[in-house]
Amino acid sequence: MTEKLVIIGNGMAPGRMLEHLFEQAPGRYAVTIFNAEPRVNYDRIMLSPVLSGEKSYEQIVIHGDGWYIDHGITLYKGHRIVAIDRGTKAVTSDHGVTESYDKLVIATGSVPFIIPVPGKDLPGVITYRDLDDVQAMLLAAQSREKAIVIGGGLLGLEAAAGLALRGMDVTVLHVNSSLMERQLDPAAGYLLQTELQRRGIKVICKANTKAIIGNGRVEGVELDNGTIIPATLVVMAVGIRPSAGLAKDAGLAVNRGIVVDAGMQTSDGDIYSIGECAEVGGMVYGLVAPLYEMARIAASHLAGDSKPAFVHSDTPTKLKVTGIDLYSLGDFADGDDRQEIVLRDATAGVYKRLVLKDNRIIGTVLYGETADGAWFNDLKKKAVDISEMRDTLIFGQAYQGGAPLDPMAAVAALPDDAEICGCNGVCKGKITSTITAKGLTSLDEVRAHTKASASCGTCTGLVEQLMSLTLGDAYNPKAVSPMCPCTELGHDDVRRLIKAKGLKTIPAVMQELEWKTSCGCAKCRPALNYYLVCDWPDEYADDYQSRYINERVHANIQKDGTYSVVPRMWGGVTNSQELRAIADVVDKFEIPMVKVTGGQRIDLLGIEKEDLPAVWADLGKAGFISGQAYAKGLRTVKTCVGSDWCRFGTQDSTGLGIRIEKFMWGSWTPAKLKLAVSGCPRNCAEATCKDIGVICVDSGFEIHFAGAAGLDIKGTEVLGLVKTEDEALEHIVALTQMYREQGRYLERIYKWAKRVGLDEIRRQIMTDTEKRQAYYERFVFSQTFAQVDPWSERVSGKDKHEFKPMATVGFNQAAE
Amino acid sequence: MGWYPIGDISDIPLRGARCVKTPQMNIAIFRTGENEVHAIENRCPHKGGPLSEGIVHGNAVTCPLHNWVISLETGKALGADEGEVRVIPVRNEGGRLSIALENVMMVAAE
Ligand SMILES: Cc1cc2nc3c(=O)[nH]c(=O)nc-3n(C[C@H](O)[C@H](O)[C@H](O)COP(=O)(O)OP(=O)(O)OC[C@H]3O[C@@H](n4cnc5c(N)ncnc54)[C@H](O)[C@@H]3O)c2cc1C
Ligand code: SF4
Ligand code: SF4
Ligand code: FES
Repeated sequence: MTEKLVIIGNGMAPGRMLEHLFEQAPGRYAVTIFNAEPRVNYDRIMLSPVLSGEKSYEQIVIHGDGWYIDHGITLYKGHRIVAIDRGTKAVTSDHGVTESYDKLVIATGSVPFIIPVPGKDLPGVITYRDLDDVQAMLLAAQSREKAIVIGGGLLGLEAAAGLALRGMDVTVLHVNSSLMERQLDPAAGYLLQTELQRRGIKVICKANTKAIIGNGRVEGVELDNGTIIPATLVVMAVGIRPSAGLAKDAGLAVNRGIVVDAGMQTSDGDIYSIGECAEVGGMVYGLVAPLYEMARIAASHLAGDSKPAFVHSDTPTKLKVTGIDLYSLGDFADGDDRQEIVLRDATAGVYKRLVLKDNRIIGTVLYGETADGAWFNDLKKKAVDISEMRDTLIFGQAYQGGAPLDPMAAVAALPDDAEICGCNGVCKGKITSTITAKGLTSLDEVRAHTKASASCGTCTGLVEQLMSLTLGDAYNPKAVSPMCPCTELGHDDVRRLIKAKGLKTIPAVMQELEWKTSCGCAKCRPALNYYLVCDWPDEYADDYQSRYINERVHANIQKDGTYSVVPRMWGGVTNSQELRAIADVVDKFEIPMVKVTGGQRIDLLGIEKEDLPAVWADLGKAGFISGQAYAKGLRTVKTCVGSDWCRFGTQDSTGLGIRIEKFMWGSWTPAKLKLAVSGCPRNCAEATCKDIGVICVDSGFEIHFAGAAGLDIKGTEVLGLVKTEDEALEHIVALTQMYREQGRYLERIYKWAKRVGLDEIRRQIMTDTEKRQAYYERFVFSQTFAQVDPWSERVSGKDKHEFKPMATVGFNQAAE
Repeated sequence: MGWYPIGDISDIPLRGARCVKTPQMNIAIFRTGENEVHAIENRCPHKGGPLSEGIVHGNAVTCPLHNWVISLETGKALGADEGEVRVIPVRNEGGRLSIALENVMMVAAE
């Protein structure tokens, strides 16, 4: 006797299951399918090509109406099952059809997640799941107006690319800092973003949607920073949730999805579940490969063979946007027991990364060139020991077996007229002959004499190889010490290339300059962050996680993990009101130590991190802002009492000091910057051992710089004498800006000055008026972005998470 | 051993850390650039520095006090330094995080 098999949902998983079942046990079941969608089974993953116009709906149908007839299947199109009665073993649809079963398969798939913001129900807000959604998008696209896609994952990006091809002006809002962060590392995410932007799709990362706005219809999206982006269509593609409500109502075990065993059986022996709604081994899946495996197993069990069991395997992810090649597989997180092989080819836009463990591939990210994805996947699956081919592995399969190419031999083999530097049109012969003729020994000299590698710098490696070939052991490329083990480039090269190539994010720098690690280290990240802040003050968004703790929480960490707080006291001047406010804060928060600093202000030590915002709030009420005593930036301007009080005073040194501090506070510099102004050569403010100092004299202001009184002790050098306060300020600011633009991260001004040369600095700041003014203006421009008091920002809630523990557990609390 | 929910992965900044307080110790919960979550005792093996305040890179953190680099996976100091902190098991279920703690470490429920 035929048994009755009822299936809820007619998606990709049950379609595949039936194919297997009809093969293994033809005629055993009479099949009835209920499908909420009013159509047959189609290839859902190909909806994107339908959206972009590369395919039609007819082309993506898997089983046409004829197939259902041939197999005697009753298909209820547009029927949603609303109840499962396990007692009577029957299901009921929203149109009132009841059907009894011997075996039931729940394959309800998933539902798109809708972020619960105001306006989510406005007409014009669509999700991306089925053909109806595609049709709604195509209709909206006829307007050729603005569309917003919320979600920069696989679905969102495919929707964005499709809508753009249909002529819409598309903006993608992504909450994370990097696109497709679950499949791609930030380096590949950056490449992807660049490519999408090249295609005219705007991408905004770290974008938190606050509301969808519109009167009766979508008019735009508001972000939590207040930005409003207009749009007539909003596609929400922020993720999916297994559709398990029906099973839960029926009393089946449901966790994230419908819980099944390795044989796809639910907690009820007559009910199976497959597809995105099923949870097996604690996992739910969103790609078809594992769902097809579930289908195969469920079919075997239904056919009477209960041996096959589901085992987890990683599925590669690819983005189906024509012209973008991207491949991600497995586990690509870093780890001590793992090594990585990274290949970056910036000009070709290629990034490849293999993650190895015990000489076996465990993860792969490929961008730009994915032909070897399948081969890597195969090696991973078979857990092939790759030690033999390790050196050439990343070049792919075609490369194996051939003689590995020695890069040096390749350069030696080049003819003399081979072009080495494309930017400046310099050939090999020119470089080698100049090296010999002029006796050049360093890369900088070669650059100066031949211009080779002096522009974009991508041929630097080739030029260095030529130097090694020509000079033999006399050439020591390590003369430039690299910034950190993540790169071969020194600080100066990195700074130069950031400007030359217009690199404006940390991932951009790491990709274009071919970093050897995927996300840098504690040495290079803070340095890059500073260089980008300095070079692109208006465009670069500070990368908080690349700052040392002190600059992240705007206080100084102490040996016991507490913090010290130093409010600004302009020029070291204070009054009774400020002192009273400080006294009150000390009492209120029981601050254990109050100390006068060497920079003429007051240090409050021993404050618990959690108390910081409250301490700042109280200090803020009294008018204090952060003294930035923790910053690689402007710290203090010490002053003496000058002509207002002192009988020797020649100028208002206090006033000038305060003016300088008010002008320069908030600016970031390569290393800390401490200033002082003394009212006469008796120098009570100790200006001649500061980074920058001023000695007032009757005829004006003598500007000093490059002093040191720390690990090294060094008196200042004289920059020059100026007549007025205004001039003094302009020169000091210009000097600071020159240092900001040229200094290496953590290089104090005296070391920078020694490297660059005092005469050169005097020439640019004292003699070259135009240069000085340009430096001055660039500083002023960058200050418009930098002069924000970090304390009041945090009192108003910025980086809240930083000051609170994530959780407190175990105090009178039972485990789950 | 028991599992204690501590919040959502999105509570931790990418390449950042948060702190969880328990009666016996503070635990630092890290989220790497690759969205991996790790938990270790929030005390540097060198001189007790709060590791949760360090810079996170790859699968390691650099201590804010004297720059030791600690593996988030093994809790061991990397490079030339020697030392180790406790690793606490973390479970990530669709972003919901919990950590495993020995019950003996807990204050008994009333
Ligand atoms: C645009 C897009 C692109 C994708 N690209 C890829 C890709 O490149 N690679 C990849 O591997 N995967 C991709 N996927 C995912 C893949 O399509 C899904 O994993 C797969 O289709 C899920 O199959 P399923 O059978 O579990 O569920 P579905 O295919 O979702 O089918 C479930 C069906 O059940 C119906 N249903 C739900 N509840 C009920 C009810 N109570 N009663 C009756 N019927 C009900 C629904 O209407 C639906 O038709 C993509 C998905 C989308 C939307
Ligand atoms: S530096 Fe000169 S002006 Fe200033 S307090 Fe000392 S003696 Fe007076
Ligand atoms: S001198 Fe040394 S011990 Fe004293 S505060 Fe400075 S760094 Fe610390
Ligand atoms: S306490 Fe961590 S390095 Fe010293």
